Amino acid sequence: MTTRYFGKPIKRNEDPRLLTGQALFVDDVHLPDMLHVAFVRSDLAHARIRRIDTAAARERPGVVAVYTAEDLGDYWRPGPLLVPPPPVKDIVFHQRTQVPLAKDKVRHAGEAVAMVVAESRYIAEDAAEEIFVEYEPLPGVVDLEEALQPDAPRVHEDLESNLAAHVIQEKGSYATAREQADVVISRRFVYDRGTAAAMENRGIVAHWDFKSQHLTVWDTTQAPIPIRNGLAAMLGLSEHQVRVIAPFIGGGFGPKIMMFYPEEMLLPWVSMQLKRPVKWIEDREENFYATTQERGQIHQAEMALTQDGRILGVKDVFLHDTGAYDPYGLTVPINSQCTLLGCYDVPNYYSEFRVVFTNKPIVTPYRGAGRQHGVFVMERLLDLAARELGLDRAEIRRRNFIPPDKFPYNNQIIYQDFAPLVYDSGNYEPALDKALELIDYQRFIQEEQPRLRAEGRKVGLGIVTYVEGTGIGPYEGARVTVEASGKVSVATGIGTQGQGHFTSFAQLVAEQLGVDVGDIFLVTGDTDQFYWGAGTFASRGAVVAGNAIHAGAQAVRRKILKMASEELEVAEEDLELVDGTVRVKGVPDSAIKLGELAVKANPLRGAVKPDAEPGLEATAYFGPERGATASGVHAMILEIDPETMLVEIQKYVVVHDCGKVINPLILEGQIQGGVAQGIGNAFYEQLFFSENGTLLNASFMDYLLPTATDVPAIISDHLETPSPLNPLGVKGAGEAGAIPVGPLFAQAVEDALDIPGLEIREIPLSPNRLFELIRGERTEREADHG
Amino acid sequence: MNEHIAVTVTVNGQEYTRQVEPRMLLSDFLRHELDLTGTHVGCEHGVCGACTILLNGEPVRSCLLFAVQVQGQAITTVEGLASGPDPEDLHPLQQGFWEAHGLQCGFCTPGFLMTLVPFLEENPDPTEAEIREALSGNLCRCTGYQKIVEAVQLAAEKMRG
Repeated sequence: MTTRYFGKPIKRNEDPRLLTGQALFVDDVHLPDMLHVAFVRSDLAHARIRRIDTAAARERPGVVAVYTAEDLGDYWRPGPLLVPPPPVKDIVFHQRTQVPLAKDKVRHAGEAVAMVVAESRYIAEDAAEEIFVEYEPLPGVVDLEEALQPDAPRVHEDLESNLAAHVIQEKGSYATAREQADVVISRRFVYDRGTAAAMENRGIVAHWDFKSQHLTVWDTTQAPIPIRNGLAAMLGLSEHQVRVIAPFIGGGFGPKIMMFYPEEMLLPWVSMQLKRPVKWIEDREENFYATTQERGQIHQAEMALTQDGRILGVKDVFLHDTGAYDPYGLTVPINSQCTLLGCYDVPNYYSEFRVVFTNKPIVTPYRGAGRQHGVFVMERLLDLAARELGLDRAEIRRRNFIPPDKFPYNNQIIYQDFAPLVYDSGNYEPALDKALELIDYQRFIQEEQPRLRAEGRKVGLGIVTYVEGTGIGPYEGARVTVEASGKVSVATGIGTQGQGHFTSFAQLVAEQLGVDVGDIFLVTGDTDQFYWGAGTFASRGAVVAGNAIHAGAQAVRRKILKMASEELEVAEEDLELVDGTVRVKGVPDSAIKLGELAVKANPLRGAVKPDAEPGLEATAYFGPERGATASGVHAMILEIDPETMLVEIQKYVVVHDCGKVINPLILEGQIQGGVAQGIGNAFYEQLFFSENGTLLNASFMDYLLPTATDVPAIISDHLETPSPLNPLGVKGAGEAGAIPVGPLFAQAVEDALDIPGLEIREIPLSPNRLFELIRGERTEREADHG
Repeated sequence: MNEHIAVTVTVNGQEYTRQVEPRMLLSDFLRHELDLTGTHVGCEHGVCGACTILLNGEPVRSCLLFAVQVQGQAITTVEGLASGPDPEDLHPLQQGFWEAHGLQCGFCTPGFLMTLVPFLEENPDPTEAEIREALSGNLCRCTGYQKIVEAVQLAAEKMRG
């Protein structure tokens, strides 16, 4: 009986190292003679730089070098555009990418102005404090709507306005749909900023070995290969002279794939200049300013429906805050635009967005990557429509689901991977039914809630659905090798930030080769081990790299069978791979160890057949034609304390469909962690900026991450609708947990408060904000824009 | 600031003496002077708990202490938890975290482990609410805490035998 590895809750290969403090993170890299870097960052969000005085810093003992933009010479240049705009008709896109050190003016608080290199981090920070920068403050561009007023100050003065991009995508004719509608729901929705707050801050160690003319960089990046390629180009080196290693990374969530961060451009260059290893480790305060953020959008949306609650069309016009620069192109707002339609059969859609430059930290994808906003708008519109039409909120969703026989379902717009937004597969109604059952919907609304309300308690339920476009291209690759020891090594180009790749990928290989998962050694995130690839983002690791590894393992399996068939003189069909051996079925004594076969496949003397390839090894690539669409339903019951407005989540249900599951234990972890971030985003975390753009809560004292007492136990169930787009039938799962929590909170809070006319049309919420909403207080934000 | 002072401290049963600046944080001392990099630094302002170590058996945040403050005292770091190099030598808490998938990126994990060792010694049979309360001073951004709770329950069971 062959052991199955795929689909099993196998505990992780990487854990013993992590649990004993032996795993290498970037800040654990110590090199002899290493120097340390600290940055001088602007306190002001928008200001002209008049003068920088570095004299005192340069004189401090232990300081080796100080650099400003002027000192970078020809190396000073704006960073590359990571994602070009998609091929949408009449698209407007103004590329303004971040610079290594600010020259002439600063465009967001925390932008680096000068860099100190010293014998220790302590000395570097002392010297950074001695650098005097004379600024001429400029009025800040903070509010999205004000930013587009004709008299607004400009973030980039060479542009006519703060408009960074303008995109319209349409399906059918919303105008016609509106004319035919019985009901039109029209509202304004606001989704504000948060930060990913990975527990490990960013960091880089760069080592230019002058004698071997070779650069090694340890980087907290989710995309080591593109970093290698970009560094080689910027530094005028061959890609083979540059090795980028992304070792264990303490959480990524998206912001660790912003290319290039100024520090990523500077550290390798400094190491080449000084011919010594250099290290920079971001501190938490810097992380709040200098690491990218997400989520600022304002939507004006409407939904046209029939009397019986069928959606005829949706129109959404929104503003997206990209911060001071737009290096990641339009990925985030395109995701908002394309995820809004959700699980629903929407015949007509008009979506228009403007991307706005502001004097705030740069916006790039953070877990969910814009999808949250679209789901928030759609789910809230459905709630409002249900209320208007007197329909049950689950029923209005059910009536509009794309039926299973309509897949593949073409939404007729372009997704972030530049491919048409076509859902590959889905089966939404069973997921809804399962969630209703697990949350015990009917009993709650008919018995439990009325009873508790009669006692004066504020309990409410929420139930929302979502889709997530996952597993997008272009491609990933892997090399699978059986070693002489009989153990198997697998090298892939993507990096890993806690997703369990060392285990789930090993399971894929174990499944094909019959080798124990513990005997499979994974290498991720080292450009000297695998040359090609794009990175870990967009919930694509399992889908794209996973299928490449699967293909590589299959190819090795074929080699093993062919060779063993010759050695044992039996047909390939009569062989099986079990326990690290290949053996004749039913004749366990007639077996060869894979290690022995690997040795034979790599002879040191003698002749080989013409065209023979050495080794039991194969390299394979996988690139899907388009992304695989995962989906799910979240439901929860919460209670609000009317005195404090604190929320207690009493029950939380996730029913998720990401196709075939490689390791259910790891999947559970991804879902639960995603939900926790969604809860933070919905009720605890919000970045507050002053009217001039300075961040007011840049510490964990003031920016509240959810703790173990805030996040509930999560009840989850999974449906498996395989993706037809890849051989494993898998879909991505990394971001799903975080996506629908905002509208879920809004619906449940509204339901709990049960105040006629009260509508929650913004995220994040907080106890304070709930008080304001209940009192009908208009915040400054609303008063300004009505 | 460049004046150095001798600090002698016992870490995981081994005595170390180093000359350090009085302002050197204990977290930096452990990580960069002693190369015990299992103790992680997440916020350097005492909130996240990643740098938690045991000082004379009590959990403390090593980013909020100076190395010179621990002169002559005994410290345990995550490197000191397991009794040997093999998987079966792991401390029951480490075993629990492994079996229950109580970690993802693993960056915050050493701080959780060091917080929980004395907790389980004091309270060998905690309720879920007590566990959550005990965890609430440590931040984890990956797991959503539920599997950490399960890991602690599993560890408590193992430790009770």
